[in-house]
Amino acid sequence: MNILQKLSEAIQQGDDRLAASATQKAIEQQLQAAEILNNGLIAGMDIIGQRFRDMEIFLPDVLMAARAMHAGMDVLKPLLLQAGVESRGKIILGTVKGDLHDIGKNLVAIMLKGAGFEIFDLGVDVEAGRFIDAAVKEKASIIGLSALLTTTMPAMKEIIDLLKERGLSDQIKIIVGGAPLSQESANTMGANSYAKDAASAVETIKAMMV
Amino acid sequence: MKPTLHFLSDSLAQQIIDEAFHTLCTLGIEIQDNTLLSLLAERGATVKKESSRVIFTEDIINNALKDVPSTFCLYDIHGHQTHDFSHANVHFTPGSSALHITDKEGIKRKPMTADYIQYVKLMTRMDHIASQSTAFVPDDVNEQIADSYRLYLSLMFGSKPVVTGTFSEKSFDIMKSMQIVIRGSEVALAEKPLTIFTCCPNTPFKWTDETITVLTACAKASIPIELVSVPMTGFISPVTLAGTLILHTVENLSGLILSQIVNPGTPVLYGGCASVYDMRHSTMSMGAVESMMLACGSAQIGQTLGLPTQAYIALSDSAHLDAQAGMETGMGAVMAATAGISNISGPGIHDFLNSFSLEKLILDNESCAMALRAAKGIEPKEDFPAIPLFEELLKETHLLISDHTRRHFKKEILFPGPVIDRSNSLTRTASPPTLMERAHSEVRRHLHAYEAPALAEDKRQELMRLMKAEAARHGQEHLPNFSDTE
Ligand code: B12
Repeated sequence: MNILQKLSEAIQQGDDRLAASATQKAIEQQLQAAEILNNGLIAGMDIIGQRFRDMEIFLPDVLMAARAMHAGMDVLKPLLLQAGVESRGKIILGTVKGDLHDIGKNLVAIMLKGAGFEIFDLGVDVEAGRFIDAAVKEKASIIGLSALLTTTMPAMKEIIDLLKERGLSDQIKIIVGGAPLSQESANTMGANSYAKDAASAVETIKAMMV
Repeated sequence: MKPTLHFLSDSLAQQIIDEAFHTLCTLGIEIQDNTLLSLLAERGATVKKESSRVIFTEDIINNALKDVPSTFCLYDIHGHQTHDFSHANVHFTPGSSALHITDKEGIKRKPMTADYIQYVKLMTRMDHIASQSTAFVPDDVNEQIADSYRLYLSLMFGSKPVVTGTFSEKSFDIMKSMQIVIRGSEVALAEKPLTIFTCCPNTPFKWTDETITVLTACAKASIPIELVSVPMTGFISPVTLAGTLILHTVENLSGLILSQIVNPGTPVLYGGCASVYDMRHSTMSMGAVESMMLACGSAQIGQTLGLPTQAYIALSDSAHLDAQAGMETGMGAVMAATAGISNISGPGIHDFLNSFSLEKLILDNESCAMALRAAKGIEPKEDFPAIPLFEELLKETHLLISDHTRRHFKKEILFPGPVIDRSNSLTRTASPPTLMERAHSEVRRHLHAYEAPALAEDKRQELMRLMKAEAARHGQEHLPNFSDTE
């Protein structure tokens, strides 16, 4: 087994120490930072994501893998910065104004982080303008909006409209989620994407990044 | 003997309560309200201003438990008593605040005013469901009035008390004013409560300013509150049932303290909506057997504390009116009723609390009836000595026209409505009506037989005026016309 396979295995087993040491070894073997990231860390997480979707493993297994991925990332980060390798993408996340539900949104954040995205979580009850300001500041290309109440869903449209108003809808895409949402309501409000749960959010966002 | 379902030994229930006391007095709770923080500090609590965290004392908890009423009653729009929460009396109320309605084709869609009015009309005829709830949210009005509008329709078309809540604290005043219209004055409303307001802590261990505003306003007006902690096993509470119950007890006790500090004697239901968090599907499963055990377990804690109780149970995760829906709802109903939960919230709702079905409400009304029957237990009625009746049986060869039979059969045996097949004839029909068809024809029959409760015209007019003004305040000039919706 080569070192990248070992690293991928460590991720899949959710072993953070092994993930960190395997990353270190890969660096010592002079592998490129991007190669370690894509063929070791992310490769492991991708397998975990698939196995979770196939219902072979449980959520704690995914989260343990995500933690191991972070352990590897911490070791790799200086090299990534040096090599100018970007994270898989930057995403602004938050629950819209008037809504305090954050359990689902937090899960989406954990899974996205696990898949290698950089997440800026603005929390709950977030004003429309703050999402956009944060996206501009962090140069994020995606904003993820969560709403669990019928009464707060309209706040999503406000954000989408505001983005248009500011002439940013070409650079910044919106993905929405939460129990009252559907693909149909997402289309109606003019969101770019919708995902029904955290696992499909990762897949959808990966596709949005292409 | 009334059968009693217990999931906790007395000593475990006490241990959970002791641990909750200890947690409140050590770890404390975050309370986002400066007035309450000051009131608590005055009573000896340690208040950490920068984190809004309050460390309670045992005295504060015990005083709240002394002040809270051990029971209370609810009254319908005419002022007649419908609920007495003493003596482990059990009542059902529909599940609340669904996002969708599931229609008779099994299709999920946005509910409209017409759906809500049909629901309220049906509820006047569901004999085994004692109160209405604001069951779902009509989509044809401005979302800012979503909460007050539901209460308005419930009061215009129904008579039973209403279990409700606000989506935003801004709706509280109008919802209180509507109740005052019905009762005549704030004092009369306090004497004869018409609604219960749901107030949820934000698990884990937090009361947000918005919820506190509503809780405080309810307490000041002596409007009953149901405290509903919403833990999820293994996610935002311990994966073990006992551990989740400790967290649940901590949160509910903290809410109880807040309500009694604002106004000692505020009526409170010790409620709960603890659920299993499904680690495979990332859903909160209310139909899981452990969620039902948590509902009964949390009620047992409430009973141990001497309080009337509430829980979300007798509902289903299933997306359809199918065998799973019947099984989960029926099983929960029997468990909840035999556990003596005072107000059981569930009937009609399914799909992880997200959808409501009128046809399911019809079926669930029968589950409630059966559960209420089971909870009464087996009591002797002219059964001793038995020999005279046996002699009659031997002599007549049957007891069908015996005095004993005729005296007791209607009370002893429950006769379900036509949605329950007891006829043994469906199997002989070429294409027997499905459960959905039977339930739907019952929906039609009840709607046809609906009689409007006699709410005085001046009260109707005043309710309409209030609602129109509230709608206008939020930019909606016209409300859906009732005649278009019936
Ligand atoms: C837990 C909960 C609460 C907790 C929230 C705690 C917290 N920190 O989040 C508390 C108790 C505080 C709460 C409060 C209230 N709640 Co609440 N709550 C729920 C409940 C039971 C579960 C939500 C949940 O966490 N599910 C588990 C997570 C993992 O799933 P999820 O949130 O759906 O998220 C997944 C997907 O939707 C998706 N997703 C979510 N966000 C995003 C974002 C993006 C970008 C993407 C791609 C995907 C995505 O991925 C997630 C992971 O798989 C729901 C019922 C339900 N089944 O949804 C009611 C529910 C949403 N609540 C409801 C209500 C009414 C309220 C209150 C108004 C009650 C009251 N009277 O006080 C208040 C409102 C407070 C406020 N202003 O927000 C109603 C909504 C009704 C309506 N028509 O809008 C519901 C449907 C329950 C009901 N039938 O009554 N609630």
